[in-house]
Amino acid sequence: MDPIISVRDLVKTYASGFRALKGVSLEIRAGEIFALLGPNGAGKSTLINIVCGLVTPTAGQVCAGGHDIVRDYRAARALIGLVPQEITSDAFESVWLTVRFSRGLFGRPPDDAHLERVLRELSLWDKRDDRILTLSGGMKRRVMIAKALAHEPRILFLDEPTAGVDVELRREMWAMVRRLRSSGVTIILTTHYIEEAEEMADRVGIINHGDIVLVEDKQTLMRKLGRRQLTLQLQSPLPAIPPGLADRQLELSADGLQLVYTFDTQAETTGIASLLRQIRDQGIDFRDLQTSESSLEQIFVSLVGSSR
Amino acid sequence: MNIHGMRAIYLFELARWCRTLVQSVLSPVISTSLYFVVFGAAIGSRMTEIGGVPYGAFIVPGLIMLSVLTESVGNGSFGIYMPRYSGTIYEVLSAPLSPLEIVVGYVGAAATKSVILGLIMLATARLFVAFEIAHPLWMLAFLALTSMTFALFGFLLGVWATGWEKLQVVPILIITPLTFLGGTFYSIDMLPPVWQKVTLFNPVVYLISGFRWSFFGTADVSVAASLGMTLGFMAICLTVVWWVFRTGYRLKA
Ligand SMILES: Nc1ncnc2c1ncn2[C@@H]1O[C@H](COP(=O)(O)OP(=O)(O)O)[C@@H](O)[C@H]1O
Ligand SMILES: [Mg+2]
Repeated sequence: MDPIISVRDLVKTYASGFRALKGVSLEIRAGEIFALLGPNGAGKSTLINIVCGLVTPTAGQVCAGGHDIVRDYRAARALIGLVPQEITSDAFESVWLTVRFSRGLFGRPPDDAHLERVLRELSLWDKRDDRILTLSGGMKRRVMIAKALAHEPRILFLDEPTAGVDVELRREMWAMVRRLRSSGVTIILTTHYIEEAEEMADRVGIINHGDIVLVEDKQTLMRKLGRRQLTLQLQSPLPAIPPGLADRQLELSADGLQLVYTFDTQAETTGIASLLRQIRDQGIDFRDLQTSESSLEQIFVSLVGSSR
Repeated sequence: MNIHGMRAIYLFELARWCRTLVQSVLSPVISTSLYFVVFGAAIGSRMTEIGGVPYGAFIVPGLIMLSVLTESVGNGSFGIYMPRYSGTIYEVLSAPLSPLEIVVGYVGAAATKSVILGLIMLATARLFVAFEIAHPLWMLAFLALTSMTFALFGFLLGVWATGWEKLQVVPILIITPLTFLGGTFYSIDMLPPVWQKVTLFNPVVYLISGFRWSFFGTADVSVAASLGMTLGFMAICLTVVWWVFRTGYRLKA
Protein backbone atom coordinates (compact mmCIF):
# COMPACT_ATOMS: atom_id res chain seq x y z
CA MET A 1 0.00 0.00 0.00
CA ASP A 2 1.17 3.53 -0.77
CA PRO A 3 2.24 5.52 2.26
CA ILE A 4 -0.25 8.18 3.31
CA ILE A 5 2.60 10.59 3.92
CA SER A 6 5.91 10.47 2.20
CA VAL A 7 8.72 12.84 3.01
CA ARG A 8 11.73 12.88 0.73
CA ASP A 9 15.09 14.54 1.37
CA LEU A 10 13.46 17.33 3.34
CA VAL A 11 15.77 20.17 4.28
CA LYS A 12 14.90 23.23 6.31
CA THR A 13 17.31 26.08 6.82
CA TYR A 14 15.75 28.87 8.88
CA ALA A 15 16.37 32.53 8.06
CA SER A 16 18.92 32.54 10.90
CA GLY A 17 20.97 30.07 8.86
CA PHE A 18 20.21 27.23 11.25
CA ARG A 19 19.66 23.86 9.58
CA ALA A 20 16.80 22.30 11.49
CA LEU A 21 16.25 19.40 9.04
CA LYS A 22 19.17 17.90 7.15
CA GLY A 23 17.56 15.76 4.50
CA VAL A 24 14.80 13.82 6.22
CA SER A 25 13.08 10.95 4.45
CA LEU A 26 10.15 9.20 6.07
CA GLU A 27 7.07 7.26 5.14
CA ILE A 28 3.93 7.05 7.24
CA ARG A 29 1.56 4.18 6.64
CA ALA A 30 -2.15 4.73 6.38
CA GLY A 31 -3.96 3.96 9.61
CA GLU A 32 -0.98 3.70 11.93
CA ILE A 33 0.00 5.58 15.03
CA PHE A 34 3.45 6.89 14.42
CA ALA A 35 5.50 8.39 17.23
CA LEU A 36 8.22 10.83 16.34
CA LEU A 37 10.58 10.73 19.24
CA GLY A 38 13.42 13.10 19.86
CA PRO A 39 14.93 15.50 22.35
CA ASN A 40 14.07 19.20 22.40
CA GLY A 41 15.27 21.01 19.31
CA ALA A 42 15.59 17.83 17.26
CA GLY A 43 13.35 19.19 14.49
CA LYS A 44 10.06 17.46 15.28
CA SER A 45 7.91 20.59 15.14
CA THR A 46 9.74 21.83 12.08
CA LEU A 47 8.92 18.60 10.26
CA ILE A 48 5.25 18.70 11.26
CA ASN A 49 4.90 22.39 10.46
CA ILE A 50 6.27 21.86 6.99
CA VAL A 51 3.80 19.08 6.28
CA CYS A 52 0.96 21.30 7.53
CA GLY A 53 2.01 24.34 5.53
CA LEU A 54 3.21 26.57 8.38
CA VAL A 55 6.88 26.45 7.49
CA THR A 56 8.28 26.69 3.98
CA PRO A 57 10.64 23.83 3.10
CA THR A 58 14.09 24.76 1.80
CA ALA A 59 14.42 21.60 -0.30
CA GLY A 60 12.80 18.22 -0.67
CA GLN A 61 9.31 16.96 -1.23
CA VAL A 62 6.33 16.00 0.89
CA CYS A 63 3.18 14.25 -0.28
CA ALA A 64 0.06 13.69 1.79
CA GLY A 65 -2.49 11.26 0.42
CA GLY A 66 -0.55 11.38 -2.84
CA HIS A 67 -0.85 15.18 -3.11
CA ASP A 68 2.22 17.36 -3.14
CA ILE A 69 1.89 19.73 -0.17
CA VAL A 70 3.15 22.71 -2.17
CA ARG A 71 1.76 22.24 -5.67
CA ASP A 72 -1.47 20.57 -4.63
CA TYR A 73 -1.83 22.15 -1.21
CA ARG A 74 -5.61 22.27 -1.20
CA ALA A 75 -6.09 18.54 -1.57
CA ALA A 76 -3.22 17.79 0.81
CA ARG A 77 -4.30 20.14 3.58
CA ALA A 78 -7.95 19.14 3.44
CA LEU A 79 -6.83 15.70 4.71
CA ILE A 80 -4.84 17.01 7.63
CA GLY A 81 -5.72 18.15 11.13
CA LEU A 82 -3.10 19.75 13.34
CA VAL A 83 -2.87 20.22 17.08
CA PRO A 84 0.22 22.41 17.41
CA GLN A 85 2.61 22.39 20.32
CA GLU A 86 1.60 25.80 21.63
CA ILE A 87 -1.86 26.40 23.00
CA THR A 88 -3.35 29.43 21.30
CA SER A 89 -6.92 30.60 21.39
CA ASP A 90 -9.36 33.20 20.24
CA ALA A 91 -9.86 34.16 23.85
CA PHE A 92 -13.10 36.07 23.45
CA GLU A 93 -14.89 33.56 21.27
CA SER A 94 -17.11 30.75 22.44
CA VAL A 95 -16.00 27.16 22.06
CA TRP A 96 -18.87 26.44 19.70
CA LEU A 97 -18.09 29.34 17.39
CA THR A 98 -14.41 28.46 17.09
CA VAL A 99 -15.02 24.82 16.21
CA ARG A 100 -17.59 25.84 13.62
CA PHE A 101 -15.04 28.29 12.27
CA SER A 102 -12.42 25.55 12.01
CA ARG A 103 -14.72 23.28 10.09
CA GLY A 104 -15.62 25.98 7.60
CA LEU A 105 -12.02 27.01 7.20
CA PHE A 106 -11.19 23.55 5.89
CA GLY A 107 -13.89 23.79 3.29
CA ARG A 108 -16.49 21.57 4.92
CA PRO A 109 -20.17 22.45 5.01
CA PRO A 110 -21.62 22.92 8.52
CA ASP A 111 -22.38 19.67 10.36
CA ASP A 112 -23.48 20.47 13.87
CA ALA A 113 -24.10 16.81 14.68
CA HIS A 114 -20.46 15.97 14.00
CA LEU A 115 -19.26 18.92 16.05
CA GLU A 116 -21.48 17.88 18.91
CA ARG A 117 -19.99 14.38 18.83
CA VAL A 118 -16.47 15.80 18.90
CA LEU A 119 -17.23 18.15 21.78
CA ARG A 120 -18.96 15.44 23.78
CA GLU A 121 -16.06 13.08 23.27
CA LEU A 122 -13.69 15.70 24.63
CA SER A 123 -16.01 16.56 27.55
CA LEU A 124 -16.45 20.04 26.12
CA TRP A 125 -20.13 19.90 25.34
CA ASP A 126 -21.17 21.59 28.60
CA LYS A 127 -18.67 24.35 27.94
CA ARG A 128 -19.70 25.02 24.36
CA ASP A 129 -21.07 28.49 25.08
CA ASP A 130 -18.21 29.52 27.35
CA ARG A 131 -15.64 31.95 26.16
CA ILE A 132 -12.32 30.23 25.70
CA LEU A 133 -10.52 32.60 28.04
CA THR A 134 -12.59 31.32 30.95
CA LEU A 135 -11.38 27.75 30.43
CA SER A 136 -8.51 26.03 32.22
CA GLY A 137 -5.31 25.11 30.40
CA GLY A 138 -6.36 21.48 29.98
CA MET A 139 -9.72 22.54 28.62
CA LYS A 140 -8.03 24.88 26.15
CA ARG A 141 -5.96 21.98 24.91
CA ARG A 142 -9.15 20.01 24.38
CA VAL A 143 -10.51 22.90 22.35
CA MET A 144 -7.42 22.75 20.15
CA ILE A 145 -8.03 19.05 19.58
CA ALA A 146 -11.71 19.67 18.84
CA LYS A 147 -10.73 22.31 16.28
CA ALA A 148 -8.34 19.88 14.59
CA LEU A 149 -11.05 17.22 14.41
CA ALA A 150 -13.83 19.54 13.30
CA HIS A 151 -13.27 18.86 9.61
CA GLU A 152 -12.94 15.09 9.97
CA PRO A 153 -9.28 14.83 8.90
CA ARG A 154 -7.81 11.54 7.64
CA ILE A 155 -4.45 12.42 9.14
CA LEU A 156 -4.00 13.92 12.58
CA PHE A 157 -0.82 15.54 13.83
CA LEU A 158 -0.40 15.91 17.57
CA ASP A 159 2.68 17.94 18.44
CA GLU A 160 3.64 17.12 22.03
CA PRO A 161 0.01 16.54 22.94
CA THR A 162 0.62 15.65 26.56
CA ALA A 163 3.14 18.32 27.53
CA GLY A 164 1.76 19.86 30.71
CA VAL A 165 -1.38 17.78 30.64
CA ASP A 166 -2.84 16.09 33.72
CA VAL A 167 -3.13 12.34 34.02
CA GLU A 168 -6.84 12.26 33.39
CA LEU A 169 -6.69 14.22 30.17
CA ARG A 170 -3.75 12.16 29.02
CA ARG A 171 -5.71 8.96 29.51
CA GLU A 172 -8.74 10.39 27.72
CA MET A 173 -6.53 11.59 24.94
CA TRP A 174 -5.02 8.17 24.37
CA ALA A 175 -8.44 6.57 24.40
CA MET A 176 -9.51 9.05 21.77
CA VAL A 177 -6.41 8.45 19.67
CA ARG A 178 -7.11 4.72 19.69
CA ARG A 179 -10.73 5.31 18.70
CA LEU A 180 -9.62 7.57 15.87
CA ARG A 181 -7.21 4.96 14.65
CA SER A 182 -9.86 2.30 14.64
CA SER A 183 -11.95 4.58 12.43
CA GLY A 184 -9.04 4.69 9.99
CA VAL A 185 -7.37 7.96 10.93
CA THR A 186 -3.59 8.05 10.71
CA ILE A 187 -2.01 9.65 13.75
CA ILE A 188 1.44 11.16 13.98
CA LEU A 189 2.48 12.36 17.38
CA THR A 190 5.67 13.84 18.66
CA THR A 191 6.85 13.39 22.15
CA HIS A 192 9.91 13.27 24.26
CA TYR A 193 8.20 11.05 26.79
CA ILE A 194 9.42 7.65 25.81
CA GLU A 195 6.69 5.84 27.75
CA GLU A 196 4.22 7.54 25.53
CA ALA A 197 5.74 6.21 22.34
CA GLU A 198 6.11 2.84 24.00
CA GLU A 199 2.49 2.75 25.07
CA MET A 200 0.80 4.21 22.02
CA ALA A 201 2.76 3.83 18.85
CA ASP A 202 2.72 1.16 16.18
CA ARG A 203 5.96 2.50 14.81
CA VAL A 204 8.57 4.79 16.21
CA GLY A 205 10.84 7.22 14.40
CA ILE A 206 13.74 8.71 16.26
CA ILE A 207 14.97 12.11 15.18
CA ASN A 208 17.99 13.95 16.47
CA HIS A 209 19.76 17.08 15.24
CA GLY A 210 17.58 17.20 12.14
CA ASP A 211 18.32 13.64 11.07
CA ILE A 212 16.12 10.58 11.28
CA VAL A 213 18.21 8.16 13.28
CA LEU A 214 15.93 5.20 12.92
CA VAL A 215 12.40 4.16 11.98
CA GLU A 216 11.17 0.84 13.23
CA ASP A 217 8.20 -1.16 14.27
CA LYS A 218 7.97 -0.61 17.98
CA GLN A 219 8.00 -4.34 18.73
CA THR A 220 10.92 -5.03 16.42
CA LEU A 221 12.77 -2.11 17.82
CA MET A 222 12.34 -3.33 21.35
CA ARG A 223 13.38 -6.83 20.37
CA LYS A 224 16.26 -5.86 18.15
CA LEU A 225 17.80 -3.39 20.47
CA GLY A 226 16.50 -4.87 23.67
CA ARG A 227 19.17 -6.09 26.01
CA ARG A 228 18.61 -7.86 29.24
CA GLN A 229 20.62 -7.69 32.34
CA LEU A 230 21.18 -10.19 35.07
CA THR A 231 22.12 -8.68 38.39
CA LEU A 232 23.63 -10.77 41.15
CA GLN A 233 23.61 -9.52 44.73
CA LEU A 234 26.75 -10.91 46.34
CA GLN A 235 27.14 -12.15 49.91
CA SER A 236 30.47 -10.43 50.39
CA PRO A 237 32.13 -7.68 48.33
CA LEU A 238 34.58 -8.58 45.58
CA PRO A 239 37.70 -6.44 45.16
CA ALA A 240 37.72 -7.01 41.38
CA ILE A 241 36.29 -9.29 38.71
CA PRO A 242 38.17 -12.58 39.09
CA PRO A 243 40.52 -13.42 36.17
CA GLY A 244 38.54 -16.61 35.47
CA LEU A 245 35.51 -14.50 34.53
CA ALA A 246 37.38 -11.91 32.50
CA ASP A 247 36.07 -13.15 29.14
CA ARG A 248 32.48 -12.57 30.27
CA GLN A 249 30.72 -9.23 29.83
CA LEU A 250 30.56 -8.47 33.50
CA GLU A 251 30.52 -5.27 35.44
CA LEU A 252 31.19 -4.89 39.12
CA SER A 253 29.45 -2.16 41.12
CA ALA A 254 31.54 0.34 43.03
CA ASP A 255 30.85 -1.28 46.39
CA GLY A 256 31.76 -4.66 44.96
CA LEU A 257 28.41 -6.13 46.00
CA GLN A 258 26.73 -6.34 42.61
CA LEU A 259 27.76 -8.23 39.54
CA VAL A 260 25.90 -7.22 36.37
CA TYR A 261 25.79 -9.42 33.28
CA THR A 262 24.45 -7.97 30.04
CA PHE A 263 23.23 -10.27 27.31
CA ASP A 264 21.45 -10.03 24.01
CA THR A 265 17.91 -11.36 23.86
CA GLN A 266 18.50 -12.21 20.19
CA ALA A 267 21.42 -14.52 20.89
CA GLU A 268 21.08 -18.29 20.53
CA THR A 269 21.98 -18.95 24.10
CA THR A 270 21.99 -16.45 26.87
CA GLY A 271 24.94 -17.98 28.57
CA ILE A 272 23.33 -17.64 31.96
CA ALA A 273 23.61 -21.28 32.91
CA SER A 274 27.32 -21.51 32.17
CA LEU A 275 27.95 -18.19 33.86
CA LEU A 276 26.28 -19.28 37.05
CA ARG A 277 28.32 -22.50 37.00
CA GLN A 278 31.55 -20.54 36.54
CA ILE A 279 30.63 -18.20 39.38
CA ARG A 280 30.02 -21.12 41.73
CA ASP A 281 33.34 -22.66 40.64
CA GLN A 282 35.04 -19.38 41.59
CA GLY A 283 33.54 -19.74 45.05
CA ILE A 284 31.44 -16.62 44.81
CA ASP A 285 28.17 -16.71 46.79
CA PHE A 286 25.17 -14.62 45.92
CA ARG A 287 22.08 -13.77 47.94
CA ASP A 288 19.74 -12.85 45.18
CA LEU A 289 19.47 -12.37 41.44
CA GLN A 290 17.17 -10.47 39.12
CA THR A 291 16.85 -9.83 35.41
CA SER A 292 15.64 -6.69 33.70
CA GLU A 293 14.76 -5.73 30.16
CA SER A 294 15.92 -2.43 28.79
CA SER A 295 13.14 0.01 28.02
CA LEU A 296 12.70 2.14 24.96
CA GLU A 297 14.12 4.89 27.09
CA GLN A 298 17.48 3.18 27.37
CA ILE A 299 17.41 2.39 23.68
CA PHE A 300 16.65 6.01 22.94
CA VAL A 301 19.39 7.34 25.15
CA SER A 302 21.94 5.01 23.63
CA LEU A 303 20.91 5.91 20.07
CA VAL A 304 20.72 9.62 20.58
CA GLY A 305 23.93 9.48 22.49
CA SER A 306 25.78 7.70 19.68
CA SER A 307 24.54 10.06 16.97
CA ARG A 308 25.85 13.14 18.72
CA MET B 1 -12.43 27.47 -4.59
CA ASN B 2 -12.93 27.16 -0.84
CA ILE B 3 -16.19 29.08 -0.43
CA HIS B 4 -16.81 27.67 3.05
CA GLY B 5 -13.39 28.79 4.16
CA MET B 6 -13.80 32.35 2.93
CA ARG B 7 -17.25 32.52 4.45
CA ALA B 8 -15.89 31.22 7.77
CA ILE B 9 -13.30 33.99 8.00
CA TYR B 10 -15.74 36.64 6.82
CA LEU B 11 -18.47 35.68 9.27
CA PHE B 12 -16.03 35.15 12.13
CA GLU B 13 -14.74 38.68 11.68
CA LEU B 14 -18.21 40.16 11.44
CA ALA B 15 -19.28 38.23 14.53
CA ARG B 16 -16.42 39.78 16.46
CA TRP B 17 -17.67 43.17 15.36
CA CYS B 18 -21.26 42.40 16.27
CA ARG B 19 -20.29 41.60 19.84
CA THR B 20 -19.36 45.25 20.21
CA LEU B 21 -22.16 46.46 18.00
CA VAL B 22 -23.41 49.22 20.26
CA GLN B 23 -19.99 50.72 20.49
CA SER B 24 -19.32 50.13 16.79
CA VAL B 25 -22.46 52.01 15.80
CA LEU B 26 -22.65 54.56 18.56
CA SER B 27 -19.16 55.97 18.24
CA PRO B 28 -19.47 57.06 14.59
CA VAL B 29 -22.90 58.50 15.27
CA ILE B 30 -21.56 60.54 18.18
CA SER B 31 -18.43 61.70 16.41
CA THR B 32 -20.36 62.70 13.30
CA SER B 33 -22.84 64.62 15.40
CA LEU B 34 -19.99 66.43 17.14
CA TYR B 35 -18.40 67.38 13.83
CA PHE B 36 -21.65 68.82 12.63
CA VAL B 37 -22.26 70.74 15.80
CA VAL B 38 -18.78 72.26 15.62
CA PHE B 39 -18.04 72.58 11.92
CA GLY B 40 -21.49 72.54 10.41
CA ALA B 41 -23.42 74.74 12.81
CA ALA B 42 -20.90 76.82 14.77
CA ILE B 43 -18.28 77.49 12.11
CA GLY B 44 -20.27 76.65 8.99
CA SER B 45 -22.81 79.42 9.64
CA ARG B 46 -20.00 81.97 9.18
CA MET B 47 -18.57 80.30 6.07
CA THR B 48 -19.64 81.07 2.54
CA GLU B 49 -20.73 78.41 0.10
CA ILE B 50 -18.02 76.45 -1.65
CA GLY B 51 -18.70 75.94 -5.38
CA GLY B 52 -22.37 76.59 -4.78
CA VAL B 53 -22.62 74.04 -1.95
CA PRO B 54 -23.38 75.21 1.60
CA TYR B 55 -20.41 74.53 3.86
CA GLY B 56 -22.36 72.18 6.14
CA ALA B 57 -23.18 69.94 3.21
CA PHE B 58 -19.75 70.39 1.62
CA ILE B 59 -17.96 68.68 4.51
CA VAL B 60 -20.26 65.62 4.59
CA PRO B 61 -18.37 63.52 2.01
CA GLY B 62 -15.01 64.51 3.48
CA LEU B 63 -16.03 63.61 7.00
CA ILE B 64 -17.40 60.28 5.92
CA MET B 65 -14.17 59.54 4.03
CA LEU B 66 -12.16 60.53 7.07
CA SER B 67 -13.90 57.93 9.20
CA VAL B 68 -14.11 55.31 6.48
CA LEU B 69 -10.38 55.50 5.81
CA THR B 70 -9.46 55.31 9.47
CA GLU B 71 -11.90 52.48 10.14
CA SER B 72 -10.85 50.51 7.06
CA VAL B 73 -7.18 50.67 7.98
CA GLY B 74 -7.99 49.91 11.63
CA ASN B 75 -10.28 46.96 10.90
CA GLY B 76 -8.07 45.61 8.16
CA SER B 77 -4.97 45.66 10.31
CA PHE B 78 -6.62 44.40 13.48
CA GLY B 79 -8.28 41.48 11.70
CA ILE B 80 -4.98 39.90 10.69
CA TYR B 81 -2.76 41.23 13.47
CA MET B 82 -4.93 39.69 16.19
CA PRO B 83 -4.48 36.05 15.08
CA ARG B 84 -0.80 36.71 14.40
CA TYR B 85 -0.42 38.07 17.90
CA SER B 86 -2.39 35.30 19.61
CA GLY B 87 -0.92 32.58 17.41
CA THR B 88 -4.25 31.32 16.09
CA ILE B 89 -3.10 32.28 12.58
CA TYR B 90 -1.63 28.76 12.37
CA GLU B 91 -5.06 27.43 11.60
CA VAL B 92 -5.69 29.79 8.70
CA LEU B 93 -2.24 29.09 7.26
CA SER B 94 -2.72 25.33 7.50
CA ALA B 95 -6.17 25.44 5.90
CA PRO B 96 -6.79 24.64 2.23
CA LEU B 97 -7.18 28.32 1.38
CA SER B 98 -5.42 30.30 -1.33
CA PRO B 99 -3.86 33.63 -0.34
CA LEU B 100 -6.53 35.44 -2.30
CA GLU B 101 -9.27 33.61 -0.40
CA ILE B 102 -7.70 34.54 2.92
CA VAL B 103 -7.49 38.17 1.83
CA VAL B 104 -11.06 38.21 0.56
CA GLY B 105 -12.24 36.88 3.94
CA TYR B 106 -10.38 39.36 6.12
CA VAL B 107 -10.41 42.39 3.86
CA GLY B 108 -13.99 41.76 2.76
CA ALA B 109 -15.14 41.76 6.38
CA ALA B 110 -13.17 44.91 7.22
CA ALA B 111 -14.50 46.70 4.14
CA THR B 112 -18.06 45.63 4.91
CA LYS B 113 -17.81 47.19 8.35
CA SER B 114 -16.49 50.42 6.85
CA VAL B 115 -19.26 50.62 4.28
CA ILE B 116 -21.88 50.09 6.98
CA LEU B 117 -20.19 52.72 9.09
CA GLY B 118 -20.13 55.17 6.15
CA LEU B 119 -23.84 54.66 5.58
CA ILE B 120 -24.62 55.19 9.26
CA MET B 121 -22.68 58.44 9.17
CA LEU B 122 -24.46 59.50 6.02
CA ALA B 123 -27.81 58.96 7.68
CA THR B 124 -26.68 60.83 10.79
CA ALA B 125 -25.39 63.74 8.72
CA ARG B 126 -28.70 63.95 6.92
CA LEU B 127 -30.33 64.77 10.25
CA PHE B 128 -28.18 67.89 10.56
CA VAL B 129 -27.95 69.22 7.01
CA ALA B 130 -29.99 68.92 3.85
CA PHE B 131 -28.23 67.56 0.77
CA GLU B 132 -29.00 65.50 -2.28
CA ILE B 133 -26.83 62.76 -3.70
CA ALA B 134 -26.37 63.41 -7.40
CA HIS B 135 -24.97 59.98 -8.32
CA PRO B 136 -25.99 57.47 -5.61
CA LEU B 137 -24.54 54.45 -7.38
CA TRP B 138 -21.21 56.15 -7.89
CA MET B 139 -21.35 57.21 -4.27
CA LEU B 140 -21.72 53.57 -3.22
CA ALA B 141 -19.04 52.51 -5.67
CA PHE B 142 -16.53 55.04 -4.30
CA LEU B 143 -17.43 54.09 -0.75
CA ALA B 144 -16.95 50.39 -1.44
CA LEU B 145 -13.78 50.83 -3.46
CA THR B 146 -12.18 53.09 -0.89
CA SER B 147 -13.14 50.74 1.94
CA MET B 148 -11.65 47.76 0.15
CA THR B 149 -8.48 49.54 -0.84
CA PHE B 150 -7.74 50.84 2.62
CA ALA B 151 -8.78 47.64 4.33
CA LEU B 152 -6.23 45.99 2.06
CA PHE B 153 -3.66 48.56 3.11
CA GLY B 154 -4.61 47.83 6.72
CA PHE B 155 -4.16 44.11 6.09
CA LEU B 156 -0.60 44.79 4.97
CA LEU B 157 -0.03 46.96 8.00
CA GLY B 158 -1.31 44.13 10.21
CA VAL B 159 1.07 41.68 8.53
CA TRP B 160 4.00 44.06 8.85
CA ALA B 161 3.46 45.33 12.39
CA THR B 162 5.55 43.64 15.06
CA GLY B 163 3.79 45.33 17.96
CA TRP B 164 0.64 47.11 18.98
CA GLU B 165 2.39 50.50 18.86
CA LYS B 166 3.19 50.18 15.18
CA LEU B 167 -0.38 49.22 14.54
CA GLN B 168 -1.54 52.45 16.20
CA VAL B 169 1.16 54.74 14.95
CA VAL B 170 0.81 54.30 11.20
CA PRO B 171 -2.83 55.44 11.06
CA ILE B 172 -2.10 58.38 13.35
CA LEU B 173 1.10 59.36 11.58
CA ILE B 174 0.07 58.78 7.98
CA ILE B 175 -3.62 58.26 7.41
CA THR B 176 -5.04 60.99 9.63
CA PRO B 177 -2.76 63.80 8.32
CA LEU B 178 -3.30 62.77 4.72
CA THR B 179 -7.04 62.82 5.25
CA PHE B 180 -7.10 66.17 7.02
CA LEU B 181 -4.88 67.64 4.31
CA GLY B 182 -6.85 65.87 1.61
CA GLY B 183 -9.67 68.35 1.42
CA THR B 184 -12.05 67.13 4.10
CA PHE B 185 -12.83 70.64 5.27
CA TYR B 186 -11.91 72.73 2.21
CA SER B 187 -11.71 72.71 -1.54
CA ILE B 188 -8.13 72.51 -2.73
CA ASP B 189 -8.47 75.63 -4.88
CA MET B 190 -8.81 77.55 -1.60
CA LEU B 191 -5.10 76.76 -1.04
CA PRO B 192 -2.14 78.87 -2.23
CA PRO B 193 -0.98 77.73 -5.72
CA VAL B 194 2.14 75.95 -4.48
CA TRP B 195 0.16 73.85 -2.01
CA GLN B 196 -2.38 73.07 -4.67
CA LYS B 197 0.43 71.34 -6.57
CA VAL B 198 1.86 69.59 -3.50
CA THR B 199 -1.53 68.35 -2.44
CA LEU B 200 -1.94 66.48 -5.73
CA PHE B 201 0.59 63.97 -4.42
CA ASN B 202 -1.80 63.10 -1.64
CA PRO B 203 -3.83 60.08 -2.76
CA VAL B 204 -6.62 60.92 -0.34
CA VAL B 205 -7.37 64.11 -2.31
CA TYR B 206 -8.55 61.94 -5.19
CA LEU B 207 -10.74 59.80 -2.99
CA ILE B 208 -12.46 62.70 -1.30
CA SER B 209 -12.80 64.61 -4.56
CA GLY B 210 -14.38 61.67 -6.32
CA PHE B 211 -16.67 60.94 -3.43
CA ARG B 212 -17.72 64.60 -3.24
CA TRP B 213 -18.39 64.58 -6.95
CA SER B 214 -20.86 61.74 -6.48
CA PHE B 215 -22.76 63.98 -4.07
CA PHE B 216 -22.67 67.39 -5.71
CA GLY B 217 -21.51 66.82 -9.26
CA THR B 218 -18.47 69.08 -8.78
CA ALA B 219 -14.94 67.99 -8.07
CA ASP B 220 -11.42 69.29 -7.42
CA VAL B 221 -9.85 66.81 -9.79
CA SER B 222 -11.42 64.82 -12.61
CA VAL B 223 -13.54 61.82 -11.68
CA ALA B 224 -11.49 59.63 -13.98
CA ALA B 225 -8.34 60.62 -12.08
CA SER B 226 -10.08 59.81 -8.80
CA LEU B 227 -11.12 56.40 -9.99
CA GLY B 228 -7.74 55.75 -11.56
CA MET B 229 -5.84 56.67 -8.40
CA THR B 230 -8.04 54.50 -6.21
CA LEU B 231 -7.71 51.52 -8.52
CA GLY B 232 -3.99 52.16 -8.88
CA PHE B 233 -3.47 52.19 -5.12
CA MET B 234 -5.51 49.02 -4.83
CA ALA B 235 -3.36 47.36 -7.49
CA ILE B 236 -0.21 48.30 -5.56
CA CYS B 237 -1.63 46.85 -2.33
CA LEU B 238 -2.67 43.66 -4.13
CA THR B 239 0.80 43.27 -5.56
CA VAL B 240 2.36 43.62 -2.13
CA VAL B 241 -0.15 41.11 -0.70
CA TRP B 242 0.78 38.67 -3.45
CA TRP B 243 4.45 39.13 -2.56
CA VAL B 244 3.71 38.65 1.16
CA PHE B 245 2.12 35.27 0.55
CA ARG B 246 4.66 34.17 -2.02
CA THR B 247 7.56 34.79 0.32
CA GLY B 248 5.67 34.01 3.52
CA TYR B 249 6.84 37.39 4.85
CA ARG B 250 6.12 37.56 8.61
CA LEU B 251 3.58 34.78 8.22
CA LYS B 252 5.71 31.69 7.70
CA ALA B 253 9.19 30.73 8.86
N1 LIG C 1 11.74 30.22 13.31
C1 LIG C 1 12.93 29.70 13.62
N2 LIG C 1 14.08 30.35 13.32
C2 LIG C 1 15.27 29.83 13.63
N3 LIG C 1 15.46 28.65 14.26
C3 LIG C 1 14.36 27.95 14.58
C4 LIG C 1 13.04 28.44 14.29
N4 LIG C 1 12.16 27.53 14.74
C5 LIG C 1 12.89 26.53 15.28
N5 LIG C 1 14.20 26.78 15.19
C6 LIG C 1 15.29 25.91 15.66
O1 LIG C 1 15.23 24.69 14.97
C7 LIG C 1 15.52 23.61 15.82
C8 LIG C 1 14.41 22.60 15.78
O2 LIG C 1 13.27 23.16 16.39
P1 LIG C 1 11.92 22.34 16.54
O3 LIG C 1 11.55 21.78 15.23
O4 LIG C 1 10.94 23.24 17.21
O5 LIG C 1 12.39 21.18 17.53
P2 LIG C 1 11.52 20.17 18.40
O6 LIG C 1 10.08 20.37 18.05
O7 LIG C 1 12.04 18.83 18.06
O8 LIG C 1 11.78 20.52 19.83
C9 LIG C 1 15.75 24.21 17.21
O9 LIG C 1 17.14 24.29 17.42
C10 LIG C 1 15.14 25.57 17.11
O10 LIG C 1 15.84 26.48 17.92
MG1 LIG D 1 8.51 20.94 19.15
